[in-house]
Amino acid sequence: MTTSGSRTLTMALMDAPYETGTTTTVLRIVDAALRKGINVNVFAYEGAVSLTLKGQAAHPNPVKGTNAEDQDHPSSAKFISALFEKGQEAPKLDWVNCGLCVDERAAGDWIDGPRRGGPGDLLKWSNESTNTLVIGAH
Amino acid sequence: MANYLLVESRDPFEYGDSSYFYQVAQDLAGAGNSVTFCLVQNGVIPARKGVKDSPVEKLIKDAPSVKVLADDFSLRERAISADKLVAGVSQASVDDLVDMLVTSGTKAIWH
Repeated sequence: MTTSGSRTLTMALMDAPYETGTTTTVLRIVDAALRKGINVNVFAYEGAVSLTLKGQAAHPNPVKGTNAEDQDHPSSAKFISALFEKGQEAPKLDWVNCGLCVDERAAGDWIDGPRRGGPGDLLKWSNESTNTLVIGAH
Repeated sequence: MANYLLVESRDPFEYGDSSYFYQVAQDLAGAGNSVTFCLVQNGVIPARKGVKDSPVEKLIKDAPSVKVLADDFSLRERAISADKLVAGVSQASVDDLVDMLVTSGTKAIWH
């Protein structure tokens, strides 16, 4: 269901960064949806609240002999920052990090964009969205 | 009749519960629903020709109305070219997946 003529996709994600291919797939879906003018809501819970941690550091690749700058390691926070640039207004990217999950992990130092929330946000979004995709843990 | 989009991200060689998800697709189709079964990530691995007891081939044979798709990005990452796919599997892009997700009334399930 949508509240207006625009389309909105809501996704719930609980994978921590750098653990599964699911993070990449979800970020690809978000990117594609924004490119198509579709609003996107992301409810990040459990380990996924660390995806937006501001302090994620690039690292060198000793196998290839590259330093951190040459390697230009793509952190999840950098990916998501770029998505926020794409989804500033219309289409809009809204990203909620589950507050309980954040507090458990002391993971509250985020990039600009995400906001703190809870399962009620997911319920509200689900009622207002064109569709909702819930992705559980592996 | 409902429109279902099932997204399978798991490799059945790694996860025993994948077989249930394939069965859900078959049963939904058998009940008269429109079903798209989209393979992503390691879920594309059994779409490669020559896999023994392939659940993908079984699904295509037992539930021919199910549309089976494989994410092109996931295929490229795993060196599975189009000519290596079992018959009945079509490549799809992430844009195709988004289009299906925002089709009104589609029930999307991720595994």
